[in-house]
Amino acid sequence: MSTLASKEPEAAAEPVEDGAAAGAAEDRAMPAEAAETGAAETGAAGGTGSSHPDFEPKIVAFCCYYCAYSAADLAGSMRLQYPANIRIIEVPCSGKVDPVILLKAFEEGADGVYVAGCMEGDCHFLKGNFRAKRRVQAVKKILDEIGLDGRRLEMFNLSAAMGTRFAEIAEEMTERIKELGPSPVRPEASAARPATVLDGAAEQEAAGKQGEVKPE
Amino acid sequence: MIVAEPKPISEVAKLVGDSRHLLIVGCGECVTVCQVGGEKEVEVLASALRIMWKKDGRQGTIDTQTIVRQCEPEYVAELAKKVKEADCVLSLGCGVGVQFIAEAYPDKWVVPGLNTSFGGGTVQAGVWEERCGFCGDCVLHLTGGICPIIRCSKSILNGPCGGSQDGHCELDKDIPCAWQLIYDRLKGLGRLDLLDAVQPPKDWAASRDGGPRKFVKEEAMIE
Repeated sequence: MSTLASKEPEAAAEPVEDGAAAGAAEDRAMPAEAAETGAAETGAAGGTGSSHPDFEPKIVAFCCYYCAYSAADLAGSMRLQYPANIRIIEVPCSGKVDPVILLKAFEEGADGVYVAGCMEGDCHFLKGNFRAKRRVQAVKKILDEIGLDGRRLEMFNLSAAMGTRFAEIAEEMTERIKELGPSPVRPEASAARPATVLDGAAEQEAAGKQGEVKPE
Repeated sequence: MIVAEPKPISEVAKLVGDSRHLLIVGCGECVTVCQVGGEKEVEVLASALRIMWKKDGRQGTIDTQTIVRQCEPEYVAELAKKVKEADCVLSLGCGVGVQFIAEAYPDKWVVPGLNTSFGGGTVQAGVWEERCGFCGDCVLHLTGGICPIIRCSKSILNGPCGGSQDGHCELDKDIPCAWQLIYDRLKGLGRLDLLDAVQPPKDWAASRDGGPRKFVKEEAMIE
């Protein structure tokens, strides 16, 4: 994360040319409500999702060392602004990303996850990004099946020279996740949920009426 | 090897019911090779179910263990400690594995996470095809090493039938006609004479028709 930190823009000190980037910078600097106003004023794409205005998603980005991770570096050097919601994890190749770690990220409460690999045909290890693409598709299906929405996961392709694209992807994904809202796996989300059948069983147990668990 | 396919997660979730301490058991043999029940797939399913449980605000634990083979009692015995702590065991082994675990732990609820499909092999990474019908009376020496029992949709012994079209089965144009394959191979080997003999009806007594089968090798027995 130190690399990410080094790429943090000095929003207050530096003049920012891009309107959208300015909106994103304000998002970080101001409380959510003020940020919303700021985004509206600048017409920024980095604004807020309509249904969850105060929501700041946690997004995990698995970035290939040979492209996306270098592109993130470049975005930093170019002083491009992108949402602070992105947590970058460097991987030696997008093909190293296994379905298990994608699911683990969601299990631990990530609101969104994306894998960023090289342009198709440009993989340093020849086919790693194609494998990642298929795995991402497979995990999207799993997410849909378990009711977490496959749109929370995405695969992107870019090159090390695409610093601007890296920032765009970060914006795009943050926007998407803001629209989708917080992950229902987050503890605060489950606390707000009505009691389930199992909660009833827990109450019975607490009352000393412990019944034998008989799954179907 | 035995080739199996995963049951949909929604079905698996129903099978485990309201379990609070679930144990998912993987198998290190066939289902690891066909990538549906090995260590990795066990972790993927465990993670998916944990997400489901968390999403529903449900309390409980999901543990995992993958053993060398679910179809051998000495390996199934290794599960004892974790099975004791579980109220439901979800096996990602083939149907044999599920039954061996159920037999070893009579007081536990054991459910299958896979649909056991066929005896086959890997034709390319990620693709498995059926090759053996377990008929119990092999005829591959008569057909150039291509099984008419399982690869011919009609299991006929004197093919091809009238449905063979341009080398494909009438059932599906993606299925190669087994008897076309047999003819081509025997022709290449110069053994078309094998096809002159008319095969009598097969004795299916060695197959499933005789009830559940059992094989005993006395010299391998130690008691």
